[in-house]
Amino acid sequence: MASPAAGAPSALALSGIVKRFPGCLANDHVDLVVAPNAIHALLGENGAGKSTLVKIIYGVMRPDEGAMLWQGEKVAVHSPAQARRLGIGMVFQHFSLFESLSVAENVALGMNDAKDRSGLRERIVEVSRAYGLPLEPDKSVHDLSVGERQRIEVVRCLLQNPKLLIMDEPTSVLTPQEAQRLFETLRRLAAEGCAILYISHKLEEIRALCDAATIMRQGRVVAHCDPRRKSAKQLAELMINSELAAPSRERKSPPAGVAPRLVVDGLSLRSPHAFGTDLRSVGFSVAAGEMLGIAGIAGNGQSELMDALSGEVLADEPGAVRFDGVAAGRLGPDGRRALGAAFVPEERNGHGAVGAMSLAENAFLSAHGQAGMTWAGLVNAAKAQAFARGVIARFDVRTTGPGAQARALSGGNLQKFLVGREVMQAPGVLVVNQPTWGVDAGAAAAIYQALGELARAGAAILVISQDLDEIFAYCDRVAVIAGGRLSEPVAIEEASVERIGLIMGGGAKDEAA
Amino acid sequence: MIRFEPRGEASAFWTYASPLLAIVLTILGTGLIFRLMGQPPLIAVYTFLVAPLVQAGGLAALAIKAAPLILMGAGLALCYRASVWNIGAEGQFTFGAIFAGGVALALPDAPGALVYPAMLLAGMAGGALLAALAAWLRTALNVSEILSTLMLNYIAQLMLIYLVTGPWKDPHGFGFPQTAMFQDGAVSLELVAGTGVHLGCAVAPLAAIALWVVAAKSMLGFQLRVAGEAPRAARFAGFSEPRLIWAAMLISGAMAGLAGMFEVAGPIQQLTTEISPGYGYAAVIVAFLGRLHPIGAIFAGLLLSLSYLGGQAAQIDLGLPNAVTGIFQGILLFLLLACDILILYSPRLRRAAPA
Repeated sequence: MASPAAGAPSALALSGIVKRFPGCLANDHVDLVVAPNAIHALLGENGAGKSTLVKIIYGVMRPDEGAMLWQGEKVAVHSPAQARRLGIGMVFQHFSLFESLSVAENVALGMNDAKDRSGLRERIVEVSRAYGLPLEPDKSVHDLSVGERQRIEVVRCLLQNPKLLIMDEPTSVLTPQEAQRLFETLRRLAAEGCAILYISHKLEEIRALCDAATIMRQGRVVAHCDPRRKSAKQLAELMINSELAAPSRERKSPPAGVAPRLVVDGLSLRSPHAFGTDLRSVGFSVAAGEMLGIAGIAGNGQSELMDALSGEVLADEPGAVRFDGVAAGRLGPDGRRALGAAFVPEERNGHGAVGAMSLAENAFLSAHGQAGMTWAGLVNAAKAQAFARGVIARFDVRTTGPGAQARALSGGNLQKFLVGREVMQAPGVLVVNQPTWGVDAGAAAAIYQALGELARAGAAILVISQDLDEIFAYCDRVAVIAGGRLSEPVAIEEASVERIGLIMGGGAKDEAA
Repeated sequence: MIRFEPRGEASAFWTYASPLLAIVLTILGTGLIFRLMGQPPLIAVYTFLVAPLVQAGGLAALAIKAAPLILMGAGLALCYRASVWNIGAEGQFTFGAIFAGGVALALPDAPGALVYPAMLLAGMAGGALLAALAAWLRTALNVSEILSTLMLNYIAQLMLIYLVTGPWKDPHGFGFPQTAMFQDGAVSLELVAGTGVHLGCAVAPLAAIALWVVAAKSMLGFQLRVAGEAPRAARFAGFSEPRLIWAAMLISGAMAGLAGMFEVAGPIQQLTTEISPGYGYAAVIVAFLGRLHPIGAIFAGLLLSLSYLGGQAAQIDLGLPNAVTGIFQGILLFLLLACDILILYSPRLRRAAPA
């Protein structure tokens, strides 16, 4: 573990990094300098090239051109193992942990050398205490909350004494309180001389935490700035290169006396997955014109609730799910769509859409029950094409046309297509799970605008989201799902981020600190 | 050293070029094996792949052997698109032959207008019945259809042996393991007099075209493709997985049963213990070589048919064992799967890594 030149001007300096993929230039002569004590933000829309860049730094990919200076010396990083030896650690957005193994075993699996493993338990306890990341080495990972799992990843990096820690969207799975705790740890690390490269799209967070920012757009660096001197709006505009309209939506409380369009009553379900979350007597209702937000940390029953609402998993009681008063708990997806319900699942490729199929075929996927889409058992391909073309035009989906494969679209564009596909079927009830997950700011605004218009037209809309800011910006009421239980929905005006955050953490066994 | 880098998306060019490359490499590989066996490779390859076509009656023989391969390959193509892995076409073929043969033997004096259509239906029902067993095991008990269909092949073959050596044995057959010859009404129409080209040779490509319509244009074909590509998306769209497994198995089983019926009603005209030289297994290769496209199965069926004719020719003219056919088919499937890497990956010469 070499760490020479501690007084060097930069921990990491990249110059002229180029990475080409078939059909796109992911990094176009990117320059980046990270100071030794800095918490440096890497900002950009989805597809701007941030992930490619950090994968190059961490040795997962190799650049086609360009040089990397590490502690003032030129290096070529061939593998993550070599990156770790150099003192570069990374915490990925999606954890690489074995659910059935213990904390210590998981940490050991991420070590380069066998000698690192002696006395590991003691060192885990020591490091986790020193940095305010409480962990019990012998606990099984599947018993831990997402926040605790992230701590394992962080501790695993810290045990290697890194000089640079890369964090990819670390707070997307945390409660606001957990995020604050993580920020304290990161500030302490930076003060001790470990540089942090922090990837996020949460602008307020970056303004609070980071002291330098590099902004990327379409593979190029478009700006370096001090995020503390910019407003969130200014940062967002640098990111997407256009001016943002402030969200404008007239809020209203659920009108009294109007029959709710979606009613869920005493919905309990055992999760079919070994490490899933059981739903425990979930109940709520959504009225016409209303948008209800369900907040919660990932893995607290959101996907189970989504499946139970869409009909992919049937409820035990017909009355547990009702659309416009009709008991639909025992109906499959087709039956529920026939009642005017529509759904946008969280996963785009493989669930909401088939990646290898064209947009026209994917339009047909959920709209096949609409009038004229089939005739005598045959697919009306012309009608599906026309429908897809309509969605593309109205929702400004950037693509070559209805013949494009779904997986060729960026996340934001595909999500616009999938939301548009449902909105254009004019549903009476629309359920959307994580509408803006992995979606850039421009597409997110367009998606919520479409949902708002649908609500104004009289639909009931349920938004399941991990993004509290979004729920507070757009929804009329908010409820929290934690451990498979749903809290009583409250009007947004009466809710506070702090209070909701506390309920979000309430179901998790996470109060060690 | 060659390194394979992901292309990011499937290459349309290599989707169709890969089987052609595999065929070329297979011919080279077969030539090499001929050479190792002491034969001049060019002459041996000519004997194996060209001579059967240019000799008298060669094209008729090609069509006769291609008919069952096309019927089964097209059915399997539809099935495999749904990621339902029916490896049991051989057994379903045999069951189709048993059912159709049973009808023919049970009605020795009935008019052909009655017997022949009954045999068509019985053949398809027989193949579908054996496939239904595997479909039920999969949907009710979650038994892998790969294992169940494979094992049912042996059951079907043993049942055929039992019938033709036991209850259905021809009492005037000098003890040979075979049934009586079918009555005239139970024999397929000969399309070209004197060649043996029978009704099945015309039905096979028509059935492949019909299956293409199902696969490409129908709601069922769409559902099967979605189920194969993304099972969760199929559930999201409200397509029932068990129903699609049943549909895929019943269609491919019925096609295999139909192939078995045509085989015993046409070239064989009785039941014996050996009614298939492994057509049901070769049909798996036909399905993949034809890119899981029912029309592609027509071309692939013709090539595999040629491999049977070539095996016979190599045996007669060169004194090589008949196993040449199996070797050719095995190399072809192996190289086809290997060449398919080019669809998703592009080969790059590895540069020396900087120190």
